[in-house]
Amino acid sequence: MTISEIQEDIIDEFSMFDDWEERYQYMIDLGKTLPLIEEQYKTEDNIIKGCQSKVWVHAEMKDDKVVFTADSDAIITKGIIAILIRAFSNQHPKAIIESNTDFIDQIGLKEHLSPTRANGLVSMIKQIKMYALAYQTQLN
Amino acid sequence: MINIEKIREDFPILNREINGKPLIYFDNAATSQTPQQVIDVIVDYYTNYNANIHRGVHTLSQEATDLYEQARLKIQKHFNAKHNYEIILTSGTTHGLNLVAQGFSDLLSKEDEVLVSALEHHSNIVPWQMLCERTGATLKVIPMNTNGELILSDYKALLSERTKLVFVNHISNALGTINPIEAMIQSAHEVGAAVVVDGAQACPHLKPDLQALDVDFYVCGAHKMCGPTGVGMLYGKEEWLEKLPPYQGGGEMIDQVTFEKTTYAGLPHKFEAGTPNICGGIAFGTAVDYMNTVGFDQIAAYENELLHYATDALSKIEGLKFYGTAKEKTSVISFNIEGIHPYDIGTILDKMGIAVRTGHHCAQPIMDFYNIPGTVRASFAFYNTKAEIDALVEGVKKAKLMLS
Repeated sequence: MTISEIQEDIIDEFSMFDDWEERYQYMIDLGKTLPLIEEQYKTEDNIIKGCQSKVWVHAEMKDDKVVFTADSDAIITKGIIAILIRAFSNQHPKAIIESNTDFIDQIGLKEHLSPTRANGLVSMIKQIKMYALAYQTQLN
Repeated sequence: MINIEKIREDFPILNREINGKPLIYFDNAATSQTPQQVIDVIVDYYTNYNANIHRGVHTLSQEATDLYEQARLKIQKHFNAKHNYEIILTSGTTHGLNLVAQGFSDLLSKEDEVLVSALEHHSNIVPWQMLCERTGATLKVIPMNTNGELILSDYKALLSERTKLVFVNHISNALGTINPIEAMIQSAHEVGAAVVVDGAQACPHLKPDLQALDVDFYVCGAHKMCGPTGVGMLYGKEEWLEKLPPYQGGGEMIDQVTFEKTTYAGLPHKFEAGTPNICGGIAFGTAVDYMNTVGFDQIAAYENELLHYATDALSKIEGLKFYGTAKEKTSVISFNIEGIHPYDIGTILDKMGIAVRTGHHCAQPIMDFYNIPGTVRASFAFYNTKAEIDALVEGVKKAKLMLS
């Protein structure tokens, strides 16, 4: 599936929720259930220092695709990470570079990507793109 | 007695809805809300009095100057400073602390020691660390106990004739502890040390009598006491302000300028280079008037009632732990729920229209002391109600249910 197809799926799923409580409960459940990163990658180097919640991101290349794993110490942040990883992981670097994050707005989570939110997510998206750019350069 | 319905009518922002719910504002320790009386003065200033002060011979400039200087007098009277020129109008608490720290650069040497309390906001730590780097003086820390109270016996043991300065906040922003500054000032003076008190968190809740405290420097910001942001006060005893060199060069702070030599203006202008926040200063005076009209005794009694009501209700939530349980504390509650990140609780509360602060509250050493990433902090003002606290308690219960 392409990134935009996955994003359409996520938008469809979120459209089933009636209110913020259902949306957040879903994210919290995602955050709780998904093992996101291997312990060995939760290093100081992989940490994105948000003001409040910590975010770790690890990337590697498998068959010309970038595979992301990530984690956070805050569960809602972790839920959003799970959504971002679903959208961007296991994709060709060029596709990641050319993609956007507008779907976050459409699923009612826009406030989490505000730079003042201090949750590390804005930096995480930047980091995802940086990794994609770096791997793309290697492929060229 | 506080007439809460009448007071709430003074604050238009309390009619706002956040995420479809009535705003419940419990982030008062970060900034207080602004009453209509202060908003009116700000509008009136720009509508009728806007001019630069202290220089113009024209009527508008003189009217603006009068308003600005009247505000200084109101602030002097409120804090019971001996002279109006001991009140320096600053851009806020941080500015005041930096002004003093910079001023002491030439007055300290590497044999000297300065003491800072373990309960400080970063703005009352970093300027002194920088001062110590410049002068070679040693920074020592007055420790605290697990209730979040300073250990006075340790403080006294740290004091010696090498101690030149002591920095302590009147009330801790992260935990709400009210520090025994009167006793601390007295002990410091016995060894000849000067004391700088950060009053940012105290001034919204109590009325310090600066002469009775015998404090050397006291700083605060208007925006935590119903005034606008970008303006604050540095009080310094005349003898100390005379000793400190000017902080910034510029207009307003000079007496005579030639290319060979400049002589400086007297107090307070020596420390007020450039065009000040004129409107902010005037509005600061109005905010002080407003709070005095409500009455600090009434404010303290009512906020104490809110504090105990909230503490009792929150303590019934299983797994909830308070940080900062000092005997003497103001209406600030810092807490966590076992196994849940404070950021998550703050996010869920926000969805319910409840504004709290989460994180380290610019006091990382305190969070390190408790070995936690941060806390949820609910801080109450005199315009908050018990019904709002009930909503907070329900909100925290719901957040716990969703997040556990």
